[in-house]
Amino acid sequence: MAGKMRVRARTKNGITEVKALMSHPMETGLRKDTDGNPIPAHHITDVEVKLNDKVVLTAYWGGSVSQNPFLSFEIEGGEADDTLSIMWKDNKGESQTEQVTLK
Amino acid sequence: MTTTRRRFLKLGGAMLGTLATAALWPLQALAARPDDAFRSKTLTDLEKLLGGKPTESADIDFKTPDIAENGAVVPVSIESNIPGTREIMILVEQNPNPLSAVFVIPDGTRPAVSTRIKVAQTSNLIAVVKADGQLYSATKETKVTLGGCGG
Repeated sequence: MAGKMRVRARTKNGITEVKALMSHPMETGLRKDTDGNPIPAHHITDVEVKLNDKVVLTAYWGGSVSQNPFLSFEIEGGEADDTLSIMWKDNKGESQTEQVTLK
Repeated sequence: MTTTRRRFLKLGGAMLGTLATAALWPLQALAARPDDAFRSKTLTDLEKLLGGKPTESADIDFKTPDIAENGAVVPVSIESNIPGTREIMILVEQNPNPLSAVFVIPDGTRPAVSTRIKVAQTSNLIAVVKADGQLYSATKETKVTLGGCGG
């Protein structure tokens, strides 16, 4: 499996800015290798972001999101010691979750 | 263990609660990935699945590069100023599958997302916003000097 997901969350003036960099090949399934054989699709399909137990963003992706996907968005609220978790799942059933504690 | 009347009532109450939650689900936006939409090969087919052609709106702030030297990594950011925004979608007209990403925005999350996408060739990029069941869009062209899906 690819490397670790990097997540940064910063709360300022009651708004929490979330930035995530996931580690994933994001193969579309449309490319061919140097021998002309098709490279099978392997990409993230679902992303779920939670602040404590509340879902704050759900994303559905196709293979045309760039390799090692970047995602940034903002949540209203967020306090020190709140837990922000990001989970992705791909078309091969693999998944990864990363948690950060808000400061 | 015998089932007392009290236990039975408690169980019934719990079940009713579950049912009520289940009934509320359809009110939420998209609870599952729209796989058919992601498989669409043309904008026309995709619009049919999404429920029609979106109305152009000036209330969507859609930031894209005019020229992308590398189509494999094109930064896009979308901010919707339309009240009741529940979904934000990114479409690339000339990609083999135009639908790139769908973001479901619950209450308490600002209707603004940024990500990076692949653009196979020079194309219109379309931000589609679903607000109060209506579809709105903003379109920008990105010229690609090196394709995003090459070998």
